Amino acid sequence: MFELGQVRKVFSDGSVAVDEITLTVGPGEQVAFIGPSGAGKTTLFRLLNLTLRPTSGLLRLGGVEVSILSDFELRQARRRIGTIYQQHNLVGRLRVVHNVLAGNLGRWSTLKAFASLVRPQEIAMARQALGQVGIPEKLSARTDELSGGQQQRVAIARVLVQDPDVILADEPVSSVDPSLALSIVTLLRDLSRESGKTLLMNLHSVALALAHFPRIIGIRDGRVLFDLAPDKISDELLGALYAGHAEEEIQAERFNELLADSGVCRPLPK
Amino acid sequence: MDAVRRSPWPWLILTGFVLLIVWSYRGTQVDLGMLLGSEGRSQIATYVTKLFPPDLSMTMLREAGVGAVETFAISFLGSLLAVAIAFPLSVLTTRTLLYRGILHERHHLSPLSKGIRVGIYGTAKALLNLFRTIPEIVWALIFVFLVGLGPFPGVLALGFHTGGVLGKLFGEVLEDVNQRPIEALGSTGAGRLSILLYGILPQALPQFLSYSLYRWEVNIRAAAVLGFVGAGGLGQRIHVAISLFLENQLLTLILAVYVMVTLVDWLSSALRRRLI
Amino acid sequence: MNSSPTAGSAGRFQSKSAFPYLLVFFFLLSLVLSIRVAQVDPRLLFEPAALANLGRFIRGMFPPELSRSFLSVLGPALVETIQISVIGTLLACLLAIPLGLLATSSLTWSGILHERREAKRRWLLGFFPYAVARGLLSIFRSIPEFVWAFMFVRAVGLGPFPGVLAIGVAYGGMLGKVYSEILEGVDPRPLEALRASGATTLGIVMYGLLPQALPNVISYTLYRWECAIRASAILGFVGAGGLGQQVELSMRMFQFNEVITILAVLFVVVASVDLLSGKIRARVVR
Repeated sequence: MFELGQVRKVFSDGSVAVDEITLTVGPGEQVAFIGPSGAGKTTLFRLLNLTLRPTSGLLRLGGVEVSILSDFELRQARRRIGTIYQQHNLVGRLRVVHNVLAGNLGRWSTLKAFASLVRPQEIAMARQALGQVGIPEKLSARTDELSGGQQQRVAIARVLVQDPDVILADEPVSSVDPSLALSIVTLLRDLSRESGKTLLMNLHSVALALAHFPRIIGIRDGRVLFDLAPDKISDELLGALYAGHAEEEIQAERFNELLADSGVCRPLPK
Repeated sequence: MDAVRRSPWPWLILTGFVLLIVWSYRGTQVDLGMLLGSEGRSQIATYVTKLFPPDLSMTMLREAGVGAVETFAISFLGSLLAVAIAFPLSVLTTRTLLYRGILHERHHLSPLSKGIRVGIYGTAKALLNLFRTIPEIVWALIFVFLVGLGPFPGVLALGFHTGGVLGKLFGEVLEDVNQRPIEALGSTGAGRLSILLYGILPQALPQFLSYSLYRWEVNIRAAAVLGFVGAGGLGQRIHVAISLFLENQLLTLILAVYVMVTLVDWLSSALRRRLI
Repeated sequence: MNSSPTAGSAGRFQSKSAFPYLLVFFFLLSLVLSIRVAQVDPRLLFEPAALANLGRFIRGMFPPELSRSFLSVLGPALVETIQISVIGTLLACLLAIPLGLLATSSLTWSGILHERREAKRRWLLGFFPYAVARGLLSIFRSIPEFVWAFMFVRAVGLGPFPGVLAIGVAYGGMLGKVYSEILEGVDPRPLEALRASGATTLGIVMYGLLPQALPNVISYTLYRWECAIRASAILGFVGAGGLGQQVELSMRMFQFNEVITILAVLFVVVASVDLLSGKIRARVVR
């Protein structure tokens, strides 16, 4: 699905956010990315969802080199990628139904999109998507009246409506109540398994990543430190990943304790 | 519950406005065809060619310069006068000082005292309304009538009109002020004047300054125009240029207006950024 | 930008800048010079001639002229004023929307929406139109509508039409600037999300931009309409139709009782529009 060949991203202020990353993700895979803040995970995701352009290196989506795409082809490519951000995915003033149906904007004509604002088109689709994420009753509520966790679910519903081949989730649960985080992560993972959509997720919580994903990539300083299955990841490796970022370890540990009740086992290195 | 709820109001309001627009369009004889058609364009083109090039002779530049300085002075003093008028009147329209609110919870005013205070409030409010409603240009006509031609009536006109506008805005600020410090001061036995100085003003002054500086931007435009009825500044000279069909001079004066307005706009926002 | 007063003043006292002193100095200097330049002479107000005139003026205002013949002249003039304000504001909106959109840096060349564009395209198609739009808006709104009005009267003749054009241009500049400020304040992150899902630019505008910006845009436009009514009333002074023409006439003929009627009518109209627009704005901004 994704092929990255020595991709680099240097920002205009000179900072190197992504430093020669080479990796391949096959269709239908579920991959979790972990690493300290500022390691370049978010930048990587923005490169993957075609918001940013790599400074150098090659990036292929579905076998097609991305840098040569025309504007039209670029839009088509973006339709195949559904992104969920940590926050602010949605427009607060709009009703939930409009935010969800916005997933259709890549395929609706402008006229239809406008008409839908006046009178929602294909409402059944929105209803079904909201049902899948567990909040069907919020269809006509104003989006900013929902809690953070509910808003993330609306964002997921929008991705469902968009029906992409790939789901990119950039720290989808970092701003959400920890008790809800587990349900959202498993929701996305189950979705990927059932529909065969590729899932890439950035996670702050090591415990969540290790417990639910068959492939973990550790990013540090814009580079891939390791790319392994969870049972192959040693405590030393994790320590090396988060070295110098003590706060993250403590947070991750707290999370671990919280999740201990729900049966997730893997303890963190002390 | 399944259907998306919608209220009829937005549609009613929208329809109302569409009707208003259609009615107005027919009434104003707006002939966009004329404007955009060949006849309209040639009329405008002819006029534009008459305007250019601007008259940049020394005498004209001096006239424009003097006019510009006069206009600046009119707007500056007019705004100051406005603040001087607005400030006391706005205090008198602050009901929380006069007869309402926290300060008057405990001791009850006699009907006579309350009556007088309501009267004061009413009079001040009416005065501010009067000042606000009379357009600056009408004020200018009045003052020209009273004291003769020149920039001074312009200052007075701006002062009174803007005084009414600022007075209303100041009054709103004073009434919306956070009541807790007032309550605290009141409980120490401080008199009303002290409460005003120590409790209300520190909260209100930044907002006062912001409004006043913003109004200065409005006033420089007004000052440029008041001269048309004899109140000095660039407006007076513009009137002359127009009456004598001296279009090149007119353009010079308009450029001067543009420069002054841009200058004051910039000063106003720079000061607002720095001080607030 | 909104720091509390105490935080601000603490900062000011701590920093040893010369700014406060400079400010006071220039303020006093301007004050003194202005008083001279503007020929301020309060004594003029209290001279016997002035006071006599004041008396004449106040006595002349009452009783207000309420005869049927006068009111029947006022009616159409009032109607014309309102109509000028409506179409003028409409024209202003039509000008302000494209110019305001172009004058928004976050939509034309800066920020996350333009990360992928090459520099040359960004500057040519983004920055250049932005600069031109800003320049035009600045010219439009820095020349008072009064000045626009008599230029248009010269160009297209007397009547309400030049009034409409004058308000359209001058208010177009003001609306455009405020629209661009509102648009700059829009949260770009939902817009980024929409773009990442493959939405067209129009789709992003409809589902991301407008829902955020529209309430403030409507609110400010209604407020401007209210100002436009007052402005239209005055433009009559230069022959651009409406009540202003009548006010000028009455003042020149010293018929102050007519003037006060006109002003009262204007007051009622503006106050009603203020009330109406206030209600609408309250609903819209929610």
